[in-house]
Amino acid sequence: MVQQYEFKAKYLPYILVLPQMVIVFIFFFWPSLQAIFQSFFLQDPFGGRMIFVGLENYTVLFTNPDSDYAESFRISVAFAVAVAALSMVIALFLATQANKKLRFSSFYKTMMIWPYAVATMVAGVLWLFMFNPNVGIIAWFLKHRFGIEWSHLLNANQAFWLLTFAASWKQISYNFVFFLAGLQSVPNDLVEAAAIDGAGPTRRFWTIIFPLLSPTTFYLLVMNLVYGFFETFPIIHQVTAGGPGKATSILVYKVWRDGVVNLDLGSSSAQSVILMVMVIALTVVQFRYIERRVHY
Amino acid sequence: MKRLVAVLLVLMAVVTTAFAAPVNIDFWHSMTGKNAEYVQIICDRFNASQKNYTVTPVFKGSYSDSMNAGIAAFRAKQPPAIVQVYEVGTATMMAAQGAVKPVYQLMKEAGQKFDPKIYIPTITSYYSTSKGEMLSLPFNSSTSVMYYNKDAFRKAGLDPEKPPVTWPQFFEMAKKLKASGMEGGFSTNWISWIQLENFAAWHNIPFGTKSNGFAGLDTELVFNSPLVVKHFETIYELSKDKVFIYGGRENKANPLFSSGQVGMHFESIGGYANFKNTCKFDFGVARLPYYEGAGLPQNSIIGGASLWVFNGRPKQEYKGVAEFFSFLSTPEIQALWHQNTGYLPITMAAYELTKSQGFYDKNPGPEVAIKQLLNKAPTANSMGIRFGNFNVIREIEDQTWEDILAGKISVKDGLDRMVREGNVKLREFERLYK
Repeated sequence: MVQQYEFKAKYLPYILVLPQMVIVFIFFFWPSLQAIFQSFFLQDPFGGRMIFVGLENYTVLFTNPDSDYAESFRISVAFAVAVAALSMVIALFLATQANKKLRFSSFYKTMMIWPYAVATMVAGVLWLFMFNPNVGIIAWFLKHRFGIEWSHLLNANQAFWLLTFAASWKQISYNFVFFLAGLQSVPNDLVEAAAIDGAGPTRRFWTIIFPLLSPTTFYLLVMNLVYGFFETFPIIHQVTAGGPGKATSILVYKVWRDGVVNLDLGSSSAQSVILMVMVIALTVVQFRYIERRVHY
Repeated sequence: MKRLVAVLLVLMAVVTTAFAAPVNIDFWHSMTGKNAEYVQIICDRFNASQKNYTVTPVFKGSYSDSMNAGIAAFRAKQPPAIVQVYEVGTATMMAAQGAVKPVYQLMKEAGQKFDPKIYIPTITSYYSTSKGEMLSLPFNSSTSVMYYNKDAFRKAGLDPEKPPVTWPQFFEMAKKLKASGMEGGFSTNWISWIQLENFAAWHNIPFGTKSNGFAGLDTELVFNSPLVVKHFETIYELSKDKVFIYGGRENKANPLFSSGQVGMHFESIGGYANFKNTCKFDFGVARLPYYEGAGLPQNSIIGGASLWVFNGRPKQEYKGVAEFFSFLSTPEIQALWHQNTGYLPITMAAYELTKSQGFYDKNPGPEVAIKQLLNKAPTANSMGIRFGNFNVIREIEDQTWEDILAGKISVKDGLDRMVREGNVKLREFERLYK
């Protein structure tokens, strides 16, 4: 039986949620409305001139053959999926290993969590230095030991994978913590009962542990996709700046570049609005259709 | 009681007027390291030289950060008096009529003695109208030069005192350097600024129509001309044999030269002090090479940043800004700045002063740059570049250059694409400000 408390005073609940609403309004609704408004104008950065252009900022993105917006979209999706898949698979593997009875297991766990404490910007710099084609230690090693010419400055695939690894490296720690917690909450008697029935370790994992982990996995899937899509900005900014060409210019990076560096506020606003619509759609789809299949 | 209060009030009023605090002037800049130290030193000297004004330098992040901060502050009606803006932002600042106070007007209103003729023409022309009215005060100016590794020259059997003069000589030497066992022959920074904008000025060919944008917003890019195509095709071919090594956008190719992987490199003279610290070998500075032709080479153009004055500050601040600008233009301050940061002096007097102090005997590099700027009186093709949305245009050039080197697009098609996409951005700018 759920206990419910009813407020006697009429306005008290509204006053209690007011601070939250004010914050949401100032930091979310107000900027969003501004973005929608500005996306219909061509404007001078100083705010002196505004020319109403209707939907032109939007149509240009999709019709101008030089805009490459569709390509940027494709790259963003590929990148987010690659980061989510890579960091989740590795983290799950490491978590199952750490969940065994090990010597030094707390040391091991600490080391696994450590990268999460590194700021994203710093992580980007670290990877950039290691893989710098001219002076990077790993780039040098690849070239002189394995004969692999590392040049992510010109090779779009290498740039893509370098970013994927750099972004995943940090995220593995985050996923690791959640998977480990999830694994530890799997009831031991279930696993033991299956073992007595003759299920091997692989079978036990896929039929018992993995389904029981699904709430964690679902949560991490959402978080990782959001991370890959929106929070990898510092790494891209540091490592490739969207290059070579436009090969790693994901949507979020493009919004920032066009708006803040290139001062094209109209187009940048239009792109933000498109991103906002995408995020809303994604969230609805995820919670409506994917969550249903998750066993809690 | 009332009397006492009244007396006290009067006393306070008298005291505050007598010991009026100096008027504060905010100066937003993007200088770091040693350059930032000297911004502080110069401001301190100015503040100590008089009692009426205090100039407060405030570091606002990268060039685009401080420009954005300035614009945002202007929109919020709280602009700083002075903001440092990089050369690519020049057209944007110029077009913002009402937002900025042109320097020539500022000096006139403040009654400061101001003679535009004391400045080096190739530097001030970049920031002046086509009528010669100075809009912003050049602050840190540089130009691009060639750096070469003298030790590597010796090893390759080349004369270290005879750097290449023409591009064909340059490419031959680059091949020899590579053949002598180096990782590559040469590299370059700033593909647009050095290999397109300066290349065009140095060869006296237009980068864009309408005097590179000085004479009107209806300017168009025209740098996909035969000489540029030939130049880029040669570099592209050499990149296949690793005679040319690509080191990244902006100034990211510097480690290639300072770590001794390439023997020749193009970079701003502003990077001279940096190379002096990081290069463990003997290096020289030479003029940009050129393809032979009548009357060539012309003169190179500048890069760097200038100081813009925002409208919307109290009147007495502008008098202080004008005084500060006069102070900045004195030979002593210019020589101090030039000798310690590597940026170019903006007046002839500062150059002569530095020369008489024997600075160039120990540091020949900066003089090469000055002589290159002063090589000839600037023409319509070599006054500078004035394009709106210039930052995006440079970005398009960077991106396309990478696509060319990766073999995704031919050199000719790539240059055509740069021009085509860049012109779209110029038309957007024109539409906004017409």
